[in-house]
Amino acid sequence: MGDHGPAQGFGRWLFTTNHKDIGSMYLWFSFAMFLMGGVFALVIRAELFQPGLQLVEPEFFNQMTTMHGLVMVFGAVMPAFVGLANWLIPMMVGAPDMALPRMNNWSFWILPFAFALLTSTLFMEGGGPNFGWTFYAPLSTTYAPPSVTYFIFAVHIMGASSIMGSINIIATILNMRAPGMTLMKMPLFVWTWLITAYLLIAVMPVLAGCVTMMLMDIHFGTSFFNAAGGGDPVLFQHVFWFFGHPEVYIMILPAFGIVSAIIPTFARKPLFGYASMVYATASIAFLSFIVWAHHMFTVGMPIAGELFFMYATMLIAVPTGVKVFNWITTMFRGSMTFETPMLFSIAFVILFTIGGFSGLMLAIAPADFQYHDTYFVVAHFHYVLVPGAIFSIFAAVYYWLPKWCGNMYDERLGKAHFWLSFIGLNVTFFPMHFVGLAGMPRRIPDYALQFADFNQIASMGAFLFGFSQVFFLFIVIKTIRGGKQATEEVWENPEGLEWTIPSPAPYHTFTTPPAIK
Amino acid sequence: MLFFSKRPTTKSLLSVKPFVVFPLLAMSFQAFAKSSEVVADEAQRWGMNMPQGVTATSNEIYDLHMLIFMICVWIGVVVFGVMFYSMIMHRKSSGAVPSKFHESTIVELAWTIIPAIILVAMAVPATSTLIKIYDTSDADIDIKVVGYQWKWQYEYLGEEVSFFSNLTTPQDEIYGRAPKGEHYLLEVDEPVVIPINKKVRFLITANDVLHAWWVPALAVKRDAIPGYINDVWTVVDEPGIYRGQCAELCGKAHGFMPIVVHAMEEVDYQQWLDAKKGEAEELKLAMSQSFSMDELYARGEKVYQTNCVACHGPVGAGGVGPSLIGSSITTGPMNGHLSLMINGVQGSAMQAFGEQLNNIDMAAVITYKRNAWGNNMGDMLQPVDVLNHKRSL
Repeated sequence: MGDHGPAQGFGRWLFTTNHKDIGSMYLWFSFAMFLMGGVFALVIRAELFQPGLQLVEPEFFNQMTTMHGLVMVFGAVMPAFVGLANWLIPMMVGAPDMALPRMNNWSFWILPFAFALLTSTLFMEGGGPNFGWTFYAPLSTTYAPPSVTYFIFAVHIMGASSIMGSINIIATILNMRAPGMTLMKMPLFVWTWLITAYLLIAVMPVLAGCVTMMLMDIHFGTSFFNAAGGGDPVLFQHVFWFFGHPEVYIMILPAFGIVSAIIPTFARKPLFGYASMVYATASIAFLSFIVWAHHMFTVGMPIAGELFFMYATMLIAVPTGVKVFNWITTMFRGSMTFETPMLFSIAFVILFTIGGFSGLMLAIAPADFQYHDTYFVVAHFHYVLVPGAIFSIFAAVYYWLPKWCGNMYDERLGKAHFWLSFIGLNVTFFPMHFVGLAGMPRRIPDYALQFADFNQIASMGAFLFGFSQVFFLFIVIKTIRGGKQATEEVWENPEGLEWTIPSPAPYHTFTTPPAIK
Repeated sequence: MLFFSKRPTTKSLLSVKPFVVFPLLAMSFQAFAKSSEVVADEAQRWGMNMPQGVTATSNEIYDLHMLIFMICVWIGVVVFGVMFYSMIMHRKSSGAVPSKFHESTIVELAWTIIPAIILVAMAVPATSTLIKIYDTSDADIDIKVVGYQWKWQYEYLGEEVSFFSNLTTPQDEIYGRAPKGEHYLLEVDEPVVIPINKKVRFLITANDVLHAWWVPALAVKRDAIPGYINDVWTVVDEPGIYRGQCAELCGKAHGFMPIVVHAMEEVDYQQWLDAKKGEAEELKLAMSQSFSMDELYARGEKVYQTNCVACHGPVGAGGVGPSLIGSSITTGPMNGHLSLMINGVQGSAMQAFGEQLNNIDMAAVITYKRNAWGNNMGDMLQPVDVLNHKRSL
């Protein structure tokens, strides 16, 4: 099989069924979306640099906040994790490829079309979606710009892509493990993705239903969400968040898996509490289905509902805490070195925990009456998503890139990228806690004077963070083009099947199943 | 996470010099406790923390917020303390040899149960506060609050007093052509007035999209939802002016629909209410009067600057909305102009002003638009014409 190399030219990428090629395409696509979503974010931060309207009009500002959220969630974070899954899961479980390679190709290739559709709305009359990434009805139905139909179609395509990706991942993990690779021997990245894939299959249809009801309301005269027609705007929120809350775990569970792979390698000590990590992941996934209305504490639910969702939400702190304690205990009495993947992983643990703390504060319903829809919330979810999801993806890229391309990245540059990102991120998002507590609502293009100083600081941090990512692009390209040859193991005694194959990983791996000890 | 165990390795875990860690923690605790008050004061001054507010509820929420925050800080100190300790002490470069332990049922149990207990300790005060917040019974005054794109309407139930509350910050300040005032974006033409030491109940709903009525100093935030009436209450302790903003994305001018609550002594409130009722009476009388062109024009200009300027621009030249200079509406038939103003334009940002403007203001603003900016139509409208037109619909 060794001489069965990739096809030449563009056809290789268009028709490929190879998990490594598809994984690479997912990763490049998500990085492009990351930069685009980042540009939207910088428009927001530039406008918020000082009070008053300077650069953009409020209509366009609202399109930017909406598109930033949509592109980052559906275009950057989710495809990046699917890309990592494509590259790593077959290699980690000792399979030759994904179980459904043609579907794999399709699930990737519909994504660029979805985002082309979504982005094109910005150039349409009436502008793009301007109702926030949560697109609450009736702002997103009766009062939406005409381009909302394109948005709905784009979301449908993204959903289809995610569902196909998840089916593929589940089929691969359940059917294609090498003999002897029992479930409880699987690397945690595989475990977390298995659970994530189930979450995706459970909730993406709910999102599809949600946008379909919008479509009906807009074009076919139904009134699912229109109070005047007997519908219910609050129903929209219940349906949306029934999707939306598991969605946020979809964006973080694979990150748990990545960090659980990296910390043991650089602490030179096995992961503490492997089994408890698996159970904690499963508990978090279960809890994610019964906490959705904590996003809706101010809609006026009955008190029994408020209490239930408050208690259930607080409970999430328990399994999440177990994970954090396990990582720290893994580091404890290890023999640590601090290469770039480890730096990103440590920052992940610290900053994700801070995001977890503010999450716990937000869970307290009476306090949430003050926090809700302020910059405190913005600070909270950026602390769990940027150093959570994004940092874990950076860590993964630095950790596995030598395996993918056969070259070591430049450690000095990698560390510089880490520190620039780390400082930029904290300067951007930490002050948002302050302005949020002091009373600044989110999604406003202009603000009262008392919020000016911290906004200015946040904007400066945002530009630092943004430009650091161009630097990251440079580092990755430099590594692919050359650099010190990576060994098979790359790191010191890393655990996992992917380190038993040559670097760069051959086009086809494990065509005969490896022996599992 | 509880059903596994191979070889409990608690022993090797505990062999790490607790005598180093604990005194350090205790010292930092003392230092922290002393400085925490200073820190809290400074944080308040720099606008880094939640304001304490002026109601019992807001104080309770503030205490809850600080309690949870401090618990998080302490958990953080311990967790990150251990983490940094090992990052400093257990480095390969300083010759650390890795241990092999990787499982312990006892430890896993401990850090499952202890956080659960802490959570219960948080849930108890949270629950009691929530129950109080939800008790909206026995209100002294009921005020209906309606969110519109992009203003608030207040209706004092049973008093026949009702008015809109609009942003008064001039466009020039927003676009940086004039220096910004002290209450930039947080000032309105008519604040909602309430008496202190009375239980005021707000019945909150919306006319178009979702909004949220939020005044941080009262710790009241509730979504305004079409088709729903949400009730919240407050008892304000001190007279004063308390400012807030719409907290739910509601379209273009979401950031430009502030809330101002003016809390006053009960006598002052009664006076204000009586004056308001008097105004309403006068308005009723005026409805049947005729006004001169100049009167209508002057009044119309004010109405325009409050209600129309955001979309049609300060001199009618348009913006988000179309230009009104020489347009087919403002220089077209009067009846068409009036119908459009009353009913709005379906599927566009042009709202139905029939319910939002009284007949005098409607007549005035139409007269103004037909005669300002070189439109010079020379015709005018009287309140009674508006009334007749509405009746004929």
